[in-house]
Amino acid sequence: MVEKTPVFAIQDFSIYYGDFMAVKTVNLNIESNKITAIIGPSGCGKSTLLRSLNRMNDLILSSRVEGQVLFRGVDIYQKDTDVIELRKRVGMVFQKPNPFPSSVYENVSYGPKIRGIKKKTQLDEIIEHALTRADLWKEVKDKLHESGMSLSGGQMQRLCIARSLAQEPEVLLFDEPTSALDPISTANIEHLLQELQKTVTIIIVTHNMQQAARISAYTAFMYLGELIEFGDTNTIFVNPYNKLTEEYITGRFG
Amino acid sequence: MTGHHEVTREPFEMVRKKKINLKESFFLSLIRMLGSAGAIILFIILSFVLYNGVHILSWDFISKPPIEAMTKGGIFPVIVGTVLLTFICMIVVIPIGVTTAIFLSEYSKPGLLLKTVMMSMYTLAGVPSVVFGLFGLAVFVVAFNFGMSLFAGSLTLAIMVLPYIISTSEEALKAVPYSFKEASLACGATKWQTIRKVILPTAMPGILTGAILGTAKVSGETAPIMFTAAAFFTPGVPKSLFEPIMALPYHIYVLATAGTHIEETRPVQYGTALTLIVLVLGMNLLGIILRSRQRKKRAW
Repeated sequence: MVEKTPVFAIQDFSIYYGDFMAVKTVNLNIESNKITAIIGPSGCGKSTLLRSLNRMNDLILSSRVEGQVLFRGVDIYQKDTDVIELRKRVGMVFQKPNPFPSSVYENVSYGPKIRGIKKKTQLDEIIEHALTRADLWKEVKDKLHESGMSLSGGQMQRLCIARSLAQEPEVLLFDEPTSALDPISTANIEHLLQELQKTVTIIIVTHNMQQAARISAYTAFMYLGELIEFGDTNTIFVNPYNKLTEEYITGRFG
Repeated sequence: MTGHHEVTREPFEMVRKKKINLKESFFLSLIRMLGSAGAIILFIILSFVLYNGVHILSWDFISKPPIEAMTKGGIFPVIVGTVLLTFICMIVVIPIGVTTAIFLSEYSKPGLLLKTVMMSMYTLAGVPSVVFGLFGLAVFVVAFNFGMSLFAGSLTLAIMVLPYIISTSEEALKAVPYSFKEASLACGATKWQTIRKVILPTAMPGILTGAILGTAKVSGETAPIMFTAAAFFTPGVPKSLFEPIMALPYHIYVLATAGTHIEETRPVQYGTALTLIVLVLGMNLLGIILRSRQRKKRAW
C-alpha cells in the first residue's frame, strides 16, 4: 500500500508566548479529505496549534515557534513564506460567527474581490457555489443584499464557512465552530462538515467530545501543551492507549 | 434544651428616623442642583443671546454684507469666512489625523516612537489656543509667506484640532472588533487590505462623528485666527486662499472691543453670536445623532 503524503506534517513543533511554552514538541500528520479533531481541556494549546497552521498566531507579537510545519511538503515557517497564499489555501472559521457588517453577498465575495476578481457574472457564480456548498443558498438566495448580521447564529456561521469556501481552500480549520450555537444549528454544521470533507481537509478543535466522536476520523488529545495521544477516533474513544486520554474521555477531568 | 432557645431581636422600625431622612434629601437635592448646573448655565446663555440677538436675525442679516461701518447690513461674508475656514481646516486635518490614528492603532508597536507620538499628542492638546495663533503667525504667515490669509488660518486651526481628530479616530478604529480583523486576514487579505476594506469602513461613522464635533470646536475659535487669518473688514467673500477673511468669533470680538461704533453695533454682535451658537449647536447635535444612530446599528 502506498503511503499517502499528509496535508500537514507537524514535526517537533513548539509554540512559545514569550517564555511560556504553549505547545510542546508536537508531532502530528493530517490526512487529506478527512476530519481530524483536536480535543483537550481549556488551555491545553489546541487552539494555538490550530492557529499556527495558517499562521494566524503571527498576530500575537510575543509568539514564536520552533520545529517545522510542512504543508504539502513545504515548511510554512520559512522566512519567505507567502502567508497570504497560505491563508487562501488554508481557511479558518472561528468560534464566534464573525461575518463582516455588510451584506451576505459582500461577505462571500470578500476573498475573491481582494484577489482581483471584478466581473459580476464570475462573482455571482462563485457566491452561489460557495453558499450552496455551505448549505445556505436556499435560505439566503432571496436576501443576498441584506446584512449578514441579520441572519441567525447558525446561518451566520454557515455564512462564515461560505466566505472561506469562496477561496476554494484545500484545508479548513475550525476553532470550536459550534460552541456558540444551539443544538439544531450544531447538528446542521456537523452534517455540513461531513459533506465538506469529500472536497476539503478539515481540522476541528472542539470542547465537545461527543462531537469529535461523531464526526471525526482521527482524534488528537492534547494536555498541557503536549500531544498525549493521536489515532483514529474509534480507538481513542473506545480503547485509548494512554491513561490520561481515558480519564479525559470518561469525564474524570476536563 | 436546644430548640427552646429564643433569640431576642430588636423590633423592626418601618419608619425611617426623621434625621436620616432630612440628611438624605439634603444631599440628594444638592447633587441634583449641581448636576443640573451645566444645563442651567447653557439655558441662561442661550436665552441671553437669543433675547438680545433674535430681533436682528432675518434673511437679509445672513445673506447681505455689512454696511455703514458695520452698524447695518448683514454678516454674509463673515459666515462664509467661518465656513471656509473650518472646511479647509478639515480637508487638511482629516487625512493627517486618520493616518496617524491608523498608525497608532494598527501599526505601532509599544516603544519609544509610540510613546513620543502619544506624549506629543497630549501636550499639543493642552497648549492654549493663543499659542497656536502665535505659532501660525510665525510659521504660516511669516515664514511660509502665506500672509494673513484663509489658508494660514485654516492650517493653524488644523494643527490645533489635530490631537482631537487623532484621538477620536483612534477610538473609532479600536472599537472595530478584533474578530473582523481576524476574519479578513484568515481570508488571505493583507494588512493594508484589511484596514482599507474592513477596519476603515467599519470605523468611518465614528471617525466622521469626531470630525463633525471637531468642526464645531474649530468654528468657534478666535485666538488661533486672530493673527493668522481674520480681518476687521473685507469688502466681500474671499476670492483666493491667500486673502484675509472675516470670521464669526473674531467678528464678535472686534465689534465688541475694537470698533468705533461699539454701542451701535450691539445688535449685530448679538446676532453674530447667535448665528455662531446655532452653527456650533447644530453641528454638535448632528454629531450626537450620528453617534447614537451608529450605536444602535452596532450589532456586534
